[in-house]
Amino acid sequence: MNQHSTMATDYFAASELPLLTVSGLTKHYANGRGIDDVSFDIYQGEVLGIVGESGSGKSTLLKCLSGQLEPQQGSIVYRKADLSTVDIYSVSERFRRELQRSDWGLVHQHPSDGLRMNVSAGANIGERLMATGIRHYGNLHNASKAWLSEVEIDATRVNDKPTSFSGGMQQRLQIARNLVTHPRLMFMDEPTGGLDVSVQARLLDLLRNLVAELGLAVVLVTHDLAVARLLSHRLLVMKDGELVEQGLTDQILDDPQHPYSQLLVSSVLTP
Amino acid sequence: MTSHQATHANTEAGYNFAYLDEQTKRMLRRALLKAVAIPGYQVPFAGREMPLPYGWGTGGIQVTAAIIGIDDVLKVIDQGADDTTNAVSIRRFFARTTGVETTERTRDATVIQTRHRIPETPLQADQIIVFQVPIPEPLRFIEPRESETRTMHALREYGVMHIKLYEDIAHHGHIATTYAYPVRVNDHYIMDPSPIPKFDNPKLDNSPALQLFGAGREKRIYAVPPYTKVRSLDFEDHPFEVQTWTQHCEFCGSGNTFLDEVVVDDEGKRIYVCSDTDFCRSNMPEETSA
Repeated sequence: MNQHSTMATDYFAASELPLLTVSGLTKHYANGRGIDDVSFDIYQGEVLGIVGESGSGKSTLLKCLSGQLEPQQGSIVYRKADLSTVDIYSVSERFRRELQRSDWGLVHQHPSDGLRMNVSAGANIGERLMATGIRHYGNLHNASKAWLSEVEIDATRVNDKPTSFSGGMQQRLQIARNLVTHPRLMFMDEPTGGLDVSVQARLLDLLRNLVAELGLAVVLVTHDLAVARLLSHRLLVMKDGELVEQGLTDQILDDPQHPYSQLLVSSVLTP
Repeated sequence: MTSHQATHANTEAGYNFAYLDEQTKRMLRRALLKAVAIPGYQVPFAGREMPLPYGWGTGGIQVTAAIIGIDDVLKVIDQGADDTTNAVSIRRFFARTTGVETTERTRDATVIQTRHRIPETPLQADQIIVFQVPIPEPLRFIEPRESETRTMHALREYGVMHIKLYEDIAHHGHIATTYAYPVRVNDHYIMDPSPIPKFDNPKLDNSPALQLFGAGREKRIYAVPPYTKVRSLDFEDHPFEVQTWTQHCEFCGSGNTFLDEVVVDDEGKRIYVCSDTDFCRSNMPEETSA
C-alpha cells in the first residue's frame, strides 16, 4: 500500500518535472554563426518541434542537445528514470555515450548516417542490445524480427542489408534500431526529408503511433511546417541562432506573434 | 654501441647488427615495453622503411630486429612451413645481418617469427613469438575512424564487435570466421590475433611464451605477456569452436593438427598434410625420418 502510493507520487513527479532542462545554451562557430542563449524544457511524452530556415541553428542545437557538440556556455540537464539529474557535459564521456545508446535515440536525416549499411538489418537492430551485453544470438535475432514488424517491415527481411531497402524502409529501420533499448528521449533531424509524400505520410503516421504508445519525448528538427503541425505538441522557432518564439504548435502556426514566425507561416505553399 | 656488433664470418659488412640502427631499436623496445605493460593495447611506433614490401612482414621483422641478440636462435615460419619464400627470405635476412644461429626446430628456437600460424609444439617460457600483422585494428571493418576506434577501446565499447559474428550466423548458420578471429585479452582489450587460423586461438591463452605483434604498414605494436588470459569472442548459444578434420596427415598420420589441403595431380587428387612442417617431420615414424 505504502509502496503503491510512493510509485504514484513518483509517476506524477516524473511527469511534472522536465526530462531535459536547457539553459543559456551558446555555441558560436568561428564564422560567428551558431546558437545564442537558448533555454527551454522538454517533458516526458511530448514532441517538441524546432523550426526555422536553413542556417538558423536548428542542427547545431540538436547536436548540442544530443551530446555530440559541446556548447561554450550553458547547461543541459537530463533527468534519469530514477529522477536523479545529470549535466550531460560535466559527466564523463563514458557515461554520456552510455546515455546516448541506451536512454536516448538519434534519427538522422539520411539513413546511411544512422545505419550500418554493410551489415544486415538484424545486426543493425541488435547492435544496441549487444552493446548492453546481450550475448545470445537467438534472443537478438528474435528481438530484431519483432522490431522490424513493429515498424512495418516484413520480418523475413531481417538478414537483408539496408542497401536493398527503399528509402522509407531504411528510415523506419533507423527508427527501430533506436527504439530497441526503449529510449526515453529521441532526437530526430528532418526524419521525413528526402522521402516522397505518400511514404512521408506513412512514416509520420508510424512515428505518431510509436510516440504515443511508448510515451517517448521527441526533439524534432524540421523545416517542414506540415510535419511540425502533425507531430509536435510544442514548437520552438529559431532565427539566426536565437529562439524567437515558443509555444503550443497550433498557437504558433495559427497565431504567430514574432514577425519572423509570421513570415515563416505565411511563406508555406499550399497546393 | 659496439657490444652488439656482429663479428660472425657470414654477416654482411656495412650494416648494423640486425639491420636497424641502435636508436631505432631503442624506439621499438620502448613501444614493446609499453605493449607488454598494457596487454592487447595497440602502441603506435615510428615504423621504418624495410628492404621488403609492406604485407611481407615489415612489422614482424622490425620487432624481431629490436629484440634479437647474438645468442638467440631464430626460427621463421610462413603458414607453418619453414621452407616457403617469406620464411626463407626473412631467415636469410637475419642470418646475414646478425649472424645468429637459425633453426627449423621449434624447441631449439628462442625467437620465432611467424606469419599465419602458431607452431603445433607447445611454446616454452624462454621463447618469444613474433607475429606479422596486416591490419591490427579488429574494429576497423565496422568503424573506419581511428579516433573513434581508439575511444571505443578506451571505454571498452565492444558491443559492435559481435556484429561480425552475428552476421556470420545470420548468413551461414554458424560462426564462419575461420582466421583473424577476435579475442579479448586480459578481460579488457579486444585484439586481432593476426590472420592465424582460429584453430590456434586456444594456444594464445595462458601461453608461457611472450607473444609480440608487429604491424608495419599500420605502424602498431601490441603484445600478450606470458600467462595472460585470452578469450575468443562468441555467443552463448553459438560457443567458440576450432576447426576439425576427418582426414589425417598423409605424411605423419597426425589427427590433431592443422591440416592443409594439397592438390597433387591433374586429376584433382587431394591429400591433407600438416601445415607445421617441423612438427610433421618430428612426428614421422622413426624408420622414415631416420
